[in-house]
Amino acid sequence: MELISCKNISLGYDGRVVVKNLSFCVNSGDYLCIVGENGSGKSTLMKTVLRLCKPIAGEIVMGEGLRHNEIGYLPQQTEIQKDFPASVWEIVLSGTLNRCGLCPFYKREQKQRARAIMEKVGIADIASRSYRELSGGQQQRVLLARALSAASRLIFLDEPAAGLDPVAMEKMYELINRLNKEDGITVMMISHDIEAAVKYSSHILHIGEEPYFFGTKEEYLESDVGKKYLFGKQD
Amino acid sequence: MNVFETLLYYLSFSYVRYALIVGVLIALCSSLLGVTLVMKRLSFIGDGLSHIAFGAMAVSSALNISLQMATGGGMAQSMIIVLPVTLISAVLLLRLGENSKIKGDALIAMISVSALAVGYLVMNVFSVSSNISGDVCGTLFGSTSIITLTFSDLCFSLIFSAVVVVIFLLLYNRLFSATFDEAFARATGLRVGAYNLLIALVIAALIVWAMNLIGSLLISALVVFPALSAMRVAKSFKSVIILSLVISVCCAFFGIICSILLSTPVGSTVVIFDLAAFGLFSALGAFIRRAA
Repeated sequence: MELISCKNISLGYDGRVVVKNLSFCVNSGDYLCIVGENGSGKSTLMKTVLRLCKPIAGEIVMGEGLRHNEIGYLPQQTEIQKDFPASVWEIVLSGTLNRCGLCPFYKREQKQRARAIMEKVGIADIASRSYRELSGGQQQRVLLARALSAASRLIFLDEPAAGLDPVAMEKMYELINRLNKEDGITVMMISHDIEAAVKYSSHILHIGEEPYFFGTKEEYLESDVGKKYLFGKQD
Repeated sequence: MNVFETLLYYLSFSYVRYALIVGVLIALCSSLLGVTLVMKRLSFIGDGLSHIAFGAMAVSSALNISLQMATGGGMAQSMIIVLPVTLISAVLLLRLGENSKIKGDALIAMISVSALAVGYLVMNVFSVSSNISGDVCGTLFGSTSIITLTFSDLCFSLIFSAVVVVIFLLLYNRLFSATFDEAFARATGLRVGAYNLLIALVIAALIVWAMNLIGSLLISALVVFPALSAMRVAKSFKSVIILSLVISVCCAFFGIICSILLSTPVGSTVVIFDLAAFGLFSALGAFIRRAA
């Protein structure tokens, strides 16, 4: 069952092409890690799949009637957010907004959903705290909870462990892994942490220098690009 | 007469009461919109628009359409040119701000100053009034029309504020999401562009409306100050909104009272109150953070 399939897409920003002729697909239940050097177009690829940017060429097909309100997204933090006075509860609840339809206010089931997700992610005790006072790990958890509030099937994570200390990072990866394995949520994650990518994911997409690689984790470990990238890291 | 009696004496005039009510309404609306603008880093739109509104006002007064306005007439006459020009500029400024390739801030600074220059030039060259500097001063800092507010101006202000408040309440949750994280809001299906446009249009209408009382230069202070003050201490979005509303309304109310008693210009007195409130809340915020 293909949730997303990208056929021969080319991407770029500021008039520069960064990804050429890329094809891959994501199936229901997959845990896809997108790896590659800085500036290789990982975030742009994710934004394009989310339809925040247009591809230069090629097409992206959302399968199985996947709708906007089944997608969750954890973007990289923006400057605005770092000094934004908002409570954790307000942020997580805002994830359920795509279930409102035309109703201007949150209904009871949306609040229950947000509460349940905060329990699951382990931030129920900081619900009334202000987002800008939290530690980096807590902030990422809040954004993950918001993504989950929005998503029932598929979450996109753009460097969810960026700026976290090793312990918080490990916790974050474990949490995402549980969501994928236990709740069956499809995960598409950008990471520059190749070891974590190889440890948890089912599929790897490597972009940057051509040829790109797309396949299962096992295939990646056997491939030339995979060996080079992994051993390059270890040296 | 003591202070209280003086105040009662002034308040016995209907136009003073009208000015007080309209001033508080302006403060209320601008604080609601201000939180969104400040947090989206769009305060420059409010500032740019106010300069453009001044330029448009000057041109329209030269064209005699709002002659009555510039010399202290009702609100309605100014709308014919100033409102459409400001609304269109709001859309354009928003587009410029979103386009990261162009240096948005520099361009807006350029447009603002040009509008001011053109406005002043037009007012001078094509002046129909004997008191040019009075007209310019009135349009920039708001003074003349405060004593000429009519009952219909009051009604218009009440309706306009009610519309702003209703729009804000209905869109509150969506505005929060779009303000906190535009990328997320877009990705999950929110029509962020439409909301941004709506906010820009409402702020344009607000500026044109408030120009009469507060003046075009000072209105952006009413938009940004209460939000900034509230952000120093508030912990949630809702509390920022409520606090900035309270700060703004109080500053406007006491500012206008003060300006009546001391015979100071209304707009600048209110802005001084807002500035003082900002200083107070900044100190309070710093104190809270140190205590925590």
